[in-house]
Amino acid sequence: MRTIVIDPVTRIEGHAKITIHLDADGYVADTAFHVTQLRGFEKFTEGRPFYEMPAITARICGICPISHLLASVKACDAIMSVRIPPTATKLRELLHCGQIVQSHALSFFHLSAPDLLLGFDSDPARRNVIGVIEDHPELAKEGIALRKFGQQVIEGLAKERIHPSWTVPGGVNAPLDRAVRDRILAGLPEAKAIAMRTMGFFKGVVDQFKEEIASFGTAPTMYAGMVDEGGNLQLYNGKVRFVDAAGNIVVDQMEAADYARYIGEAAVPYSYLKAPYFKPLGFPEGIYRVGPLARLNVATRCGTPAADVEFEEYHQRYGRVVESSFHFHYARLIEIIYALERMETLLNDPSILDRHVRAEAGVNALEGVGIAEAPRGILIHHYKVNEEGAITWANLIIATGHNNLAISRSIDQVARHFIDGKKMKEGMINRVSAVVRAYDPCLSCSTHAANQFPLEIRLLDADGSLLESVRN
Amino acid sequence: MSQQISVRIDGQLCTATEGQTIFQVAQANGRYIPSLCHMEGLSSAGSCRLCLVEVQGIGRLLPACTTPVRSGMSVTTNSEDIAHNRLMALELLFSERNHICAVCVSNGHCELQDLAQTLGLNHVRFPYNYPRLPVDVSHPRFVLDHNRCILCTRCVRVCDEIEGAHVWDVAGRGINSRLVSDLDRPWGESQSCTSCGKCVQVCPTGALVEKGRAVEEMTKRNAVVTQLAAKRETHL
Repeated sequence: MRTIVIDPVTRIEGHAKITIHLDADGYVADTAFHVTQLRGFEKFTEGRPFYEMPAITARICGICPISHLLASVKACDAIMSVRIPPTATKLRELLHCGQIVQSHALSFFHLSAPDLLLGFDSDPARRNVIGVIEDHPELAKEGIALRKFGQQVIEGLAKERIHPSWTVPGGVNAPLDRAVRDRILAGLPEAKAIAMRTMGFFKGVVDQFKEEIASFGTAPTMYAGMVDEGGNLQLYNGKVRFVDAAGNIVVDQMEAADYARYIGEAAVPYSYLKAPYFKPLGFPEGIYRVGPLARLNVATRCGTPAADVEFEEYHQRYGRVVESSFHFHYARLIEIIYALERMETLLNDPSILDRHVRAEAGVNALEGVGIAEAPRGILIHHYKVNEEGAITWANLIIATGHNNLAISRSIDQVARHFIDGKKMKEGMINRVSAVVRAYDPCLSCSTHAANQFPLEIRLLDADGSLLESVRN
Repeated sequence: MSQQISVRIDGQLCTATEGQTIFQVAQANGRYIPSLCHMEGLSSAGSCRLCLVEVQGIGRLLPACTTPVRSGMSVTTNSEDIAHNRLMALELLFSERNHICAVCVSNGHCELQDLAQTLGLNHVRFPYNYPRLPVDVSHPRFVLDHNRCILCTRCVRVCDEIEGAHVWDVAGRGINSRLVSDLDRPWGESQSCTSCGKCVQVCPTGALVEKGRAVEEMTKRNAVVTQLAAKRETHL
């Protein structure tokens, strides 16, 4: 038996490794997705005052620190038992829209566009963002500009692009400046125009990927995402809904504090990433997906005009429940439009400039759960504190964790479809990495990791000695 | 009346009053000497070793905050040797406990951090000690985080000398030294603490802070303590 190891998987956030076992005939026998880092945040935060948790847990990620900040401050709000001022809720959502735009733009333009624009089988030396800039300078420039706009929204509101201290338990620590509001509003039309052009471009090329669409994780799963009471897509202030593989609602308006009734976490021996599952169905039958694809399968509509037009077309093309994980890309672009439209609505609300943005309180509950829709899906922070406010226990379920089982199955499906051990080609291996990329997993996470490490494919014989090593 | 004497600081002839420290005379004559444990209005402890200076005729560096001036003394406040020793003292402070600026409530308002920037500290040559230290959150209004304490003892002195409560002491020896309240009880159970908060205001780092302040939110007003001390002198 031969083993192919993809270590590390490139153009993702964080570090992962894939092992593909081939049988004697060169067919795929088994695959495994390993997350190779242990972070330890749940343990080393024990004893810290609870209100320090947002800043500490934001350091889990350099790409979606805002999502961690928001899940964390919501858990802290619950410990304080406060209802935060309405303007603070709006400002937090506005901040998160900036986060969604910048993170989705990063995923689409910087990490996945090389596969989509240059081709899965193109020269790996050029199959990166530099190659995209050379071949499609206009699109690359717009992608960079769109991500920059998201970052500038964050910087304008929170004063820092990464790891700001603006979001605090009880609200935010400063009201919105009128000049910042006007500046963001002034930049919105161009950002929306870029998003719409990219959407048009993607719809033009998506049909070229029929084989990938048909094999990139099409196995039916449940889906989970946040919606408001009317079923509209929500990224900050909704409640979680689970639907089954046919799109029927299984759980609706789940209270954050009840998550453990529905979500179990299984440990798997080959990875540091736990595998959450839908508890009523058990492990591993309770497989579900989160993130853009899941959110658009769960929501009845987006709730903003331009995004809803795209939402309709998307479901007309691929059905009420869109199964292929390839369409994470499509869903991501629709969500960028949605986030930009939400920004506009929030900024045009006169109360967004209200000066009352923070509620003060001490410890009024010994436990708190906060859930936010991170770019990659549902993010859960759950803390327990003692009466003096020190953390005694913490559990964090990161968006990518929910997708762990689904990513593993998708890898298996893609490997079985594309890999032929008798005539190995780099493009085959790249498709295995690409399906992981479709989920845009945030495994550790820091921007500098992406694209720095070479992809290494190692062929090992039955007793583990190296037969062949290929680096791109 | 105290006698007026003459000393030389960095070659400049200065008039001083007998009993003044090198630090006081240098400051009065516009010479900068870094310090973390010294504070105007409190007695001097000489514990941080950042105000080390050279005194002509003495073969070792002396802390400016505890060394009284003598007539005819010649002091150098900065030299290569002094800079080397100050930087080393600062590096040792950083390596001893867990100073994680990015997630600290005092980030941006910390004397230790400011001094590191002033002295150009951009890395620490010594291995970090990473001790496992507790956080005392038992007080209803304040928090003591041993991870960020540099044992400057400003809190010990302000509580004893200004507030008159003497809640704080240092227990243990050497690297195991720890700040303790009421002879090592949780702060929240202290019977002598008046909850005045002076210790919090004088603490140069995020070791003593107000409860509920999120990252970067803890600003301190230690000038209040200096003013209090000055007013008390006038009153007496």
